[in-house]
Amino acid sequence: MHLMYFTEQPMSVYPEEEGRKLGYTALIFSNRYFDPVAASRLYQERLDEYRLAEECGFDGIMLNEHHNAPFCMQAKCNIFASILAAMTRRVKIVLLGNPLPISENPVRLAEELAMIDLISQGRLVSGFVRGGGTESLATNANPAYNRERFEEAHDLIIKTWTVPGPFRWEGNHYQLRVVNPWAVPLQKPHPRIWIPGVSSRETIIWAAEHRYPYLILNASIEDCKNIWKLYDESAERAGYTAGPEQRGYLIRCHVAESEEKALQNAREFMWMQGEFTGILDPVWAAPSGYLGPWARKFLSETHGGVYQKKPAPTFERQLRAMSIIAGTPKQAVEKLRILLEETRPSILAFWANDGKVNHEDSKTCIRLLGEEVLPAVREIGDRLGLKSPFEANTPVSLAATPASELRPRAESAAV
Amino acid sequence: MSSGNPSERFVEAAGLKIEVMSGGSGRPVLVMHHDIGNQGWIPFYEELARDFTVFVPSHPGYGKSARPDWARNVRDIAIVYQSILGALGLERTAVVGLGFGGWIAAEIALGCPHRFDRIVLVGSAGMQPASGEIFDQFIVNTIDYLRTGFANPDDLEKTYGANIDAARLEAWELAREMTTRIAWKPYMFDQAMPYLAATIAAPVMLVHGREDRIVPLGCSERYASLIPGAKLKVIDGAGHFIEAERPTELAASVKAFVAGGR
Repeated sequence: MHLMYFTEQPMSVYPEEEGRKLGYTALIFSNRYFDPVAASRLYQERLDEYRLAEECGFDGIMLNEHHNAPFCMQAKCNIFASILAAMTRRVKIVLLGNPLPISENPVRLAEELAMIDLISQGRLVSGFVRGGGTESLATNANPAYNRERFEEAHDLIIKTWTVPGPFRWEGNHYQLRVVNPWAVPLQKPHPRIWIPGVSSRETIIWAAEHRYPYLILNASIEDCKNIWKLYDESAERAGYTAGPEQRGYLIRCHVAESEEKALQNAREFMWMQGEFTGILDPVWAAPSGYLGPWARKFLSETHGGVYQKKPAPTFERQLRAMSIIAGTPKQAVEKLRILLEETRPSILAFWANDGKVNHEDSKTCIRLLGEEVLPAVREIGDRLGLKSPFEANTPVSLAATPASELRPRAESAAV
Repeated sequence: MSSGNPSERFVEAAGLKIEVMSGGSGRPVLVMHHDIGNQGWIPFYEELARDFTVFVPSHPGYGKSARPDWARNVRDIAIVYQSILGALGLERTAVVGLGFGGWIAAEIALGCPHRFDRIVLVGSAGMQPASGEIFDQFIVNTIDYLRTGFANPDDLEKTYGANIDAARLEAWELAREMTTRIAWKPYMFDQAMPYLAATIAAPVMLVHGREDRIVPLGCSERYASLIPGAKLKVIDGAGHFIEAERPTELAASVKAFVAGGR
């Protein structure tokens, strides 16, 4: 298994009551509430925790980015990735990921990622995302071309990494006179690409068709099973059989020395007023054109003010559904066992600390995970045959899979 | 039943099927609808139809008109309009552009100075105001956007009813998507417009609601200052959707202007 540590890097010291009063904590929630002194301290604490996570036996550190909101202090995951590249020695640096459509120059991105791979001596996993609707609005990237830009930027980055320059790129959304960055990645043919997501059907199929592992962000066990069914079927059509090495899962999991303490801290997963991306106007989450034509009716209700978002399930309900796991390490392992048996991922990310969980408790959680939870999870994983892409040594993509290993390709699925 | 006897048909332009509503009789007037799409045969058209043959195409990508997937900006749409007007036999016509439709009308006039004999731009986008910004519909939902467009917010309900049906909401969503595709950035204006507006040759009347909270009055003022001989008429108490708020008054102004009065 590949076991990773993750935190959203929350800016926990923001005035909650202001968010409640306004009804939103994102996009236009004023940065007058940003406290630079606290932010500087929090960045230092996160760096300490990442260092500790490596010492305690995690295989990877997962990073992400969001914009204009206190729930995530990373506005550019490549910045922390660069720091980790120099600061750590062993862990994989797993970016889940860079939002491709908001990039105006994917070649610059390819270059930055190559540098991170070189400085880290080949420890980069370069995930790509479409970015939420809020990211499109915050960076003013046209949401109607989000998917087209995602796919074109991806193709351009792969070509930049694998085909010697100089070449010219005259695409639909990107045009570059000279593609010839001096730095290319250390890992060959290129760093692994993992794709995180929640529910976008197109993205699941796209990941499967590229043989990229897909990492489910905190969905229910039942939803996971549906996603894997779709992924597996798409993989079969693409000519290979998918397995645990293509399956990732992110679980909110906090452990402490006592159950009481763990539960108290795990309540912080609700700190963004029950919504882990904060309270959003639904218009920002899904701008017009951001989803395919299949979503037009849903969007017409959202934008027509008819659709009312259901409040997030209560903490207790989320515990029962195991979308949050909290307790002593022993209690957590029992829950994780069920999760692994039911959904069979080989990549497991622990979203361990959030909200106002303090630095000391965060470190205790990381230590307990490292000492007691990770070894037990590895044992379960071994018993279930959950080999990570590294252990199974799978090709980094379908394009990098020898033709002799593939069956003839079937018709593509209708989305 | 309306006396304008409106009918609907499709014409072909730049490989696209374009929906056109028309009615009335007399010399032609082309109406360019707002960014929410054409809202059917509204009382304002009916007023115009007493004196004119009124043509209301649905812009490419709006209503039942096919979407040009390749179009990236309003100028692309304006160029398709040259073919639409050709297909309708409108070699020379008067035009009334409403809001976003005013921007497209201005672009058509820039591309083909002889196409229009009279131009009425009502709360027209396309020009960056000297100060302030055009209200950004993409930050709010469609209902709030529309409500902002009425001087009296209650007029939203008066115009569309208390319960807006699903078909209309879906048509608004389709329109919003197309507007996203062609007017996302810069939002609702073209940087070249201040330099090109002076080349508009036909007589121009700008009409603007004093209470327009979507397109600032400054947009019309700037158009008026740049287009030689242009006239600006400000309607007190009206908002952005003047054709819905003051159909008779707006139609009377259009009639007087098109007939040659100033």
